This record gives sequence, structure tokens and C-alpha cells, in this order.
Amino acid sequence: MPTGLLTDLTIFVLSLLVGFEVISKVPATLHTPLMSAANSIHGVVLVGAILIASTAHNTAGYILAFIAAVFAGMNVVGGYAVTDRMLQMFQRRPTKVAPSKVANDGAEAKDGQS
Amino acid sequence: MSGFDTVVKLIYVGAAACFVLGLHLMNAPPTADKGNRLSAGGMLAAVAATIALIANDSAITATGWAVLIVGLLLGSGAGLFMARTVKMTAIPQLVSVFNAVGGGAAALVAIADFIRLSDSVGAASITPRVNVTSALDVAIGAVTFAGSVVAAGKLQGLIPGRPIVFRGARPLNALLALAMLGGGVYLCAGPHDLWALMLVLAAALVFGVTMVLPIGGADMPVVISLLNAFTGTAVAMAGFVIDSSVLIIAGALVGASGGILTKLMADAMNRSLANIIIGGFGTGDSSVAVSAEGLGQIREVSADDAAIQLAYASKVIIVPGYGLAAAQAQHAVRELAQVLEQHGVEVSYAIHPVAGRMPGHMNVLLAEADVPYTQLIPMEEINPEFDRTDVALVIGANDVTNPAARRPGTAISGMPILDVDHAKSVIVIKRSMGHGYAGIDNELYTDPKTSMFFADAKAGLQSLTAAVKALVGSG
Repeated sequence: MPTGLLTDLTIFVLSLLVGFEVISKVPATLHTPLMSAANSIHGVVLVGAILIASTAHNTAGYILAFIAAVFAGMNVVGGYAVTDRMLQMFQRRPTKVAPSKVANDGAEAKDGQS
Repeated sequence: MSGFDTVVKLIYVGAAACFVLGLHLMNAPPTADKGNRLSAGGMLAAVAATIALIANDSAITATGWAVLIVGLLLGSGAGLFMARTVKMTAIPQLVSVFNAVGGGAAALVAIADFIRLSDSVGAASITPRVNVTSALDVAIGAVTFAGSVVAAGKLQGLIPGRPIVFRGARPLNALLALAMLGGGVYLCAGPHDLWALMLVLAAALVFGVTMVLPIGGADMPVVISLLNAFTGTAVAMAGFVIDSSVLIIAGALVGASGGILTKLMADAMNRSLANIIIGGFGTGDSSVAVSAEGLGQIREVSADDAAIQLAYASKVIIVPGYGLAAAQAQHAVRELAQVLEQHGVEVSYAIHPVAGRMPGHMNVLLAEADVPYTQLIPMEEINPEFDRTDVALVIGANDVTNPAARRPGTAISGMPILDVDHAKSVIVIKRSMGHGYAGIDNELYTDPKTSMFFADAKAGLQSLTAAVKALVGSG
């Protein structure tokens, strides 16, 4: 077995183990954002799409590279954007939101009483 | 290796570290968004370095640049648009779409590289390493692509959510698997022909469709999680094909994470992965209206009576299910909880691991409605609390509250459930006596402690809130 392949295989197996280790500690609260985050990470295939675009020299190559670039671009940009959107919802702390909410509810309660 | 190449490789190492650390920071809600940004930063660096690399090599043609830039802009624009506009209830579909394009791109990378090698060095001298990993990449990537498209279609309602079973599906699947294997073996052992790779591609595409079609809509999230793991593996294989360590690392990370989430989810439903793939009771979201008479005594309650129970409780646990999200009632439930809290009632939410449409989906849906995540209590922690709870308010949750799961011999036996029946009293907001997707009666509903409030989740919560406000206001 060539050394290059052996090195890659080592990297692959160790990364799998790191993945198991890092992810099994994440609380259930964050599983959906986590899946979404993992989803954006596999957008790294964009690096591969760029590399094949750089070696394309005929129509078939260009078409394949084009579709790969569209797909990978969609994956990586959309993935990170939607994960960020979800996580921002977890960032809205009650302390920041509470004053306006309480004020509103207070007003409503007064309305109800009058 | 030139100095430039070394710098690019070092940036890749940094990017890989960012991915790992980013996932690590997702351990806790307060640091999770930093984690995502760190990961995005690593990605940006890796992409920028790759573009610098190909610009430096100057092997890329002008058409190549045009193809790359237009493709990137188109894809990124579409991705950004979808990410910004998607409803939080539709997140599983979106994840599925991103799986499809990720897996598709990974397969395309292998095909394009195979064609390039055939043209430059000749098909005969392509190394076994490239042959084997190309075959794997194309097979996994194409299955993921086709399967994810079908899964997204089912969740979106474009394809019927019920299991679509046709005669001869099993022999067909076996034949397709054989075709993939045969194509792969022929590619590696034989004359390394492009057509062998195309055979793998075609068989894998059909296999993806026939694999997901017979699976019911309710099981789709598990399938999406599995396909997420597949995509990661396909990307790692693409990394082997083009010898890129950053692809291998990122792909393996995702493969592992998808694998763990799939297992967690299958465990939470007490079903094996094989059972889900081969097909069990995942018959989609049936809302069969069963006549209430046939189910023993059911106590119906009005909004006013339910409001009295809630307002005079000292501890209330809200049990949200997918029905809550389907009725877009997240804001209504938050409002009711706030009114109760202002009245001095202790309110928390019991979150079952599979509440919603994927693990943790309910947390996202409630976070969207500004419910503080500290009030969302996972099943294991909240179950002991039910014993000292005055009212458990169940909204749109069914199977996860069914005490029948504790007994052997039912469709959901062994599934971990929320101990809602341990609360002093239970109020269930539900549209009808319809079944959950396990298709069995919920014994909780006929429990003498339980009162049923038949209403749409949103309308029901709003009338409850109004009734509680009236009570509190007058008292």
C-alpha cells in the first residue's frame, strides 16, 4: 500500500473518531443546529469543485465543474447561513427580550382591567 | 512542494482545526454561534486558499474561471435565499436539499477527475486508489443525491408521505446493489472504463429513489440524518480521489456526526435503523378520526375550566409536540406561559428527544418564539418532576406520552416516554382523537386524571390565554 494512501486512511479514521468524540457531548437542545452545522461542513466539497474547474479543458469538464460549483456553493453558503439563523434564536437571551415583552403584557393587562 | 503549496496546505490544516473546534463549541447554546462562525471562517480560508492556488498554477482556462465564478454565484445566491426564507418547521427539508447538493457535488468531483485522468494519463494507468475511491464516492454520492431529493419531496408534501411500496421492490434493490458492486469491481479490476463508473452512477441514482420511497414520512428525519452521514462519507471519498486532506477530515467529521445523530434518533424511537429502512409502522402522518365513543371514558373540558386548573397550579409542565409546530402555535404557547408566570406559576417545557421533525427540532421552534432555552428540559431531567407537577399541558404530542410504551406487546413498547401521567392532572389540547404515527390509542387520554380540550393548538392556546387573563384580571 502506498504511503500517501496510508496517510490519508489514517487521517480518515482519526477524524471519524474525533467526530464521534466531539459530537457525543452535544446536548439534545442543539442537535438540529448541529446537524445543520455538519451539513455546512460537508460543503467543503467546494474545494474539490474549484480544483476540478481548474483542470477542466473540454465541454464535459466545464459542465461537470459548473454543476459541482452550483451545488457546492449552495451547500456551503446556505448551510452556514441557516445554522447562524437558528443559533441567533438561542442567543436572544430572556434578559434582553424581557423588558419590552413585560411592558407589552402590562399594557394589555391594564386594557383588560379598564 | 513549492513554498506556495506549503502555505495552502497549512491553511487547510487550520481550516480542519476550525471545523473541529467549531463543532466542539456547539456543546453549549451560549458558545454555539461562535462555533458556527469559527467553522465558517475556516471554510472561507480553505476556499480562498484553493482559489489562490489555482490562480497561482494558472492551469485554469478563461472558460474555467467563468464556469467557476458563475456557478459559485448562482449556487451561493440560491443557498442564501433558501436559508433566509425557510420556515423553521421546514428545516428538515432544507437540510435534505443541502445533503442532496453536497452528495451530488462529491459524485461530480470523482466523475470529472476520472474523465480528466482518462484523457491525460489514459484510463489504463489510473491507480487502484483512484478507482476504488471513485466508485465509492460516486455510489454513495449518487444514492445520497437521489435519496435526499425524494426525502425532501416527501417532507414538503410534493411526494406522498405514505410509504410507497411496489411489487418486486426487493429484487429490484438487490439487482441495483449488484449493479453498483459489479460496476465498481469492473472499474477496479477491469479496463478502468468510464462506462463502468456510469453504471455505478445510474444504479446508485435509482437505488437512492427506491431506498427512500418505501419509508414513511414520519421516519424521514432519521433518513435525513442517515443521508447526512452518507454525504459526509461521500465528501471524504472525494478527498481520497483528489488527494485532499481537508475534504477527508471534514467529510469524516460529518460522517461521524450524522452517524451518531441517526443512532440517537433511532434509539429515541426504540427502533433499529434496519427496521426503519426496511419499513415498519412509519405510515406517515395519519390523522384518522376515530369516534370518541369507542375509546372508554374521555373527559372533555372547556377553555374556562382548563384556565382555572392552570391559574391555580403552582407548577405547570408544557409538553409540546409536532402538532404545536404544525399549527404555528409556538408564539401562542409562549404567551400563555408568560401570563402564567406573571401569576406566579412555575412553568417549564418537557422536550422529548424526537419532539418535532428531527432531534432538537422542538428546541429550535420554541427558541424562535423567544422561549428561553433554560426552560426547555430534556426528558431524563424532567421525568422525575412530573410527580410534583399540578398540571401537565400536552399540546400536539401523542405517542411520546402514551403509557402503553411501558408495557410489552404494543407498537411503541420500550420507547422512552415522558411520564406525563405522573402529574396530578393532565390537560391535552388536540384537534381530534386521531392517532399518532404509531397508529395506536393513547391510554393517557382515557386516564381519569386527564381532561381533553378539543381545539386547534393555536386557537386553543389563544382562548386559554384569554381565559387565564380574565381570571387573573378579575382575581
